[in-house]
Amino acid sequence: MSADAKEILQLDDVAIRFAGDSGDGMQLTGTKFTDETALAGNDLSTYPDFPAEIRAPAGTMAGVSGYQIHFSSHDIHTPADRVDLLIAFNPAALRANVDDMRSQGMVIINSDAFTSKAMARAGYDEDPRPGLGDRYKLVEVPLTTLNREALQGLSLTQREIDRCKNFFALGLLCWLYSRPMEATERWLSTKFSGDVLEANLRTLKAGFAFGETTELFPAHYVVPSAKIEAGTYRNITGNTALAWGIVAAGVQMNRPVYLGAYPITPASDVLHEVARHRNFGVKTFQAEDEIAAASSTIGAAFAGHLAVTISSGPGFILKQEALGLAVMVELPLVVINVQRSGPATGSPTKTEQGDLLAALYGRHSQSPLPVLAPSTPSDCFSTVLEAFRIAVRFMTPVVVLSEGYLANSAEPWKIPDVSELERSEIVFAKAEDAATFEPYRRDPDILARPWAIPGTPGLEHRIGGLTKEDVTGNVVYGPENHQRMVDLRAEKIARIADEIPAIAVEGPDSGPLLVVGWGGTLGSITAAVEAARAAGHTVSQIHLRHLNPLPADLGDVLGRFERVLCPELNEGQLAMMLRSRYLLNVRSFSKITGQPFKVWEIRERIEAILKEEP
Amino acid sequence: MAAAAEKLTRRDFVSGQDVRWCPGCGDYSILANVQRVMPELGVPRENIVFISGIGCSSRFPYYMNTYGFHTIHGRAPAFATGAKVANPDLSMWIVTGDGDGLSIGGNHLLHVIRRNLDCQILLFNNRVYGLTKGQYSPTSERGMRTKSSPQGAIDHPIDPISFALGCGATFVARGIDVDAPHMQDVLRRAHAHKGTSFIEILQNCPVFNDGAWGELEDRKTRAETALVLEHGKPLVYGSPGRMKGIVLDQGVPSIIELADADDPVERGVVVHDETHETTSYAYALATLKRPEFPMPVGIIRQVEKPTYESMLEDQVEEAIQKRGPGDLEALLNSGDTWQVS
Repeated sequence: MSADAKEILQLDDVAIRFAGDSGDGMQLTGTKFTDETALAGNDLSTYPDFPAEIRAPAGTMAGVSGYQIHFSSHDIHTPADRVDLLIAFNPAALRANVDDMRSQGMVIINSDAFTSKAMARAGYDEDPRPGLGDRYKLVEVPLTTLNREALQGLSLTQREIDRCKNFFALGLLCWLYSRPMEATERWLSTKFSGDVLEANLRTLKAGFAFGETTELFPAHYVVPSAKIEAGTYRNITGNTALAWGIVAAGVQMNRPVYLGAYPITPASDVLHEVARHRNFGVKTFQAEDEIAAASSTIGAAFAGHLAVTISSGPGFILKQEALGLAVMVELPLVVINVQRSGPATGSPTKTEQGDLLAALYGRHSQSPLPVLAPSTPSDCFSTVLEAFRIAVRFMTPVVVLSEGYLANSAEPWKIPDVSELERSEIVFAKAEDAATFEPYRRDPDILARPWAIPGTPGLEHRIGGLTKEDVTGNVVYGPENHQRMVDLRAEKIARIADEIPAIAVEGPDSGPLLVVGWGGTLGSITAAVEAARAAGHTVSQIHLRHLNPLPADLGDVLGRFERVLCPELNEGQLAMMLRSRYLLNVRSFSKITGQPFKVWEIRERIEAILKEEP
Repeated sequence: MAAAAEKLTRRDFVSGQDVRWCPGCGDYSILANVQRVMPELGVPRENIVFISGIGCSSRFPYYMNTYGFHTIHGRAPAFATGAKVANPDLSMWIVTGDGDGLSIGGNHLLHVIRRNLDCQILLFNNRVYGLTKGQYSPTSERGMRTKSSPQGAIDHPIDPISFALGCGATFVARGIDVDAPHMQDVLRRAHAHKGTSFIEILQNCPVFNDGAWGELEDRKTRAETALVLEHGKPLVYGSPGRMKGIVLDQGVPSIIELADADDPVERGVVVHDETHETTSYAYALATLKRPEFPMPVGIIRQVEKPTYESMLEDQVEEAIQKRGPGDLEALLNSGDTWQVS
């Protein structure tokens, strides 16, 4: 067999990117390749990057959609700074992505798409192909033609046939990197039937066979599986993890869940996913707007449900007045903000960490509430569970700050053993306690007020936005009471820090440099710190999940280092908080391009700062 | 539980908070009527919830000894939706005003009505902003001079009844703050209706818009200016010797004079029917305005449609029937998984 004649080379680490028109199915192709890679046992990290427009004009730079996957035989943290292989479905996809290529990397192009008209549409004055050969291994594959040949005889329209060419490419890459295709074949048979199923299966196999037989590829590759902790794994994106965290909270706390939301990119998928699981007793409500989504959620919390609302930047801001009320009436709810680039509509599909200060201080007056941030796609699951626990235990709204990058990126997740997830029973105020019930009588230790829900005889009471009298909750305007209630609300949130675990410093406990991050930058920072250490530098790292209250020992930890560096995808919001809170010279490293940090960017900064005076 | 509720009296629904509306405010009368009707509804007190937005009217929940929630401006319908969806057994009452409900909260009012959430919406219409001290409201008449409209308001007013009909309301009614027996009757009917019951209550603001509904408030002129609707009865009003009726020609209303001996139906006076599937008749009633026409009071429309929260419950039930109760372990392990040993 010809396949046996071809050399198999072993690689440890590969990053590939699928790029084409937003109608070419790049996200799907990338996702399927990711599933196969996971089944091959590699560690992986993905980065989908797509335009906000549903179908931008075909063949233009604006319409280019990309999906990057980094997979390895060892532990990896990011989707990779540089791409080893780019498969470009048209000239625009080439032009938009080729600069991210590693020198001498492989570029596979669909040569059928490189007509002079298409190249002009992409903004090329002349054919770019002759110039590429110096820098990259250029492989021209007539994808459109080969796909058409493979699908001859099927009763499909030309258009339907051409839509299958992404699966030809997928088959080719499966051969190139020795991926199993069973998962994709299984998926296709659940999704399609008849000629469409036949077409996709046939072209997938044709792509694989083409790799085996063509002279274009003298060798193919194998990336051995990574040494990963034993267990059952699956791929998960941040948005799916958020959705499952929401569903799981209802199970683990034995209480129905209510999700109120208004569609917004990139948070809508959480609503979609939760809505699929109503058999868990979960109620989803697509509200008329963001304000109604937040308000109805508070209403559901008032009535005793585990209540959650999700949104992204612009929608989160619209919820702020309602959140202020939730702070005042001290009801438990979770508010998830999948942050995106702003201000205003900004770049809805691009990532950012710009809403930290808005979450902390974006409401009028003194309105403290806990803020948590997940650091990886799978961490979204446990962060949501913790947010619900804090909300219910302390009777407070809790904000979870996810990011566009986490929302759509996938990573392998060791599926937790459900029996080992924390369970907690909610304790409502009881009718038997009616004689002593007061809506604002607080737990002396954690200062939480009772959760007394309608339907409980004898506990009828009124809550609302007007200033509350301590203990009784009656409306009063007295100055001393107002000060006391402001202080009590702040103290209640501050005491949550008593239940936050001590900070685990990665690296030496003290030394020349500590890198402090939060949220979705964990992967880039970790990889950069590891790279700096490998180059002989002494660097330590901490990553914060709790942004409010901050961990009780944070000031001590920061104080033990000569320098503190804080990389953020904003203009230094956490750095500003740390400086003002601890009076330390925290050095901010900020980036706002709508893209995650590159590992080298942080590594360069680490090395530059180590040369500076402490 | 119902038996216990029956023993309650008006006083059981009076909360300990001092009522702080201005002397002579129409809200006092509305509060008294609501408190009077509550014990008759057969609902355990702990299942009754009053939710309001912001404004004079929205202080209402503080004065009711039930569960209550004074929320944010205009959003009461959204809070009520979440609470009712969470617990469909609650008897849900939304209290709002012309500014809260039709200006800042217009969107939420629209959507709660079109969803047909089972609740009662009491919209106190005094045609002015009271709590912010006297600016014109969305129901103020054009030309109304206020501090924010010194040359006269140039907004065309919105009619709450037409608004509710446009949203597809299944129950639409109008009452007058000081007409106690009539309002109590409307409240009882609203509670009995399954779905959103929208009630515009004409309410006097003695401080900023005194006499806005003067002829209807005054017993001496009410018979001439209010058209009391009764299902199956002709649209007649006035006092003996000066009776009049409403006729509809191609949907356009006009007034005819009636002699005491006349049979109004034979004279072509319209017989009131709350249950028309089409809203065109109800719209015709909504166009009846002072001074040309009497104002209709009572139940304008009452039709049946499934409620939002019952359909949502049904979908949850259907999902459980089809797929079995949720199994977290199975969910987390669904799709493509792999073992690492």
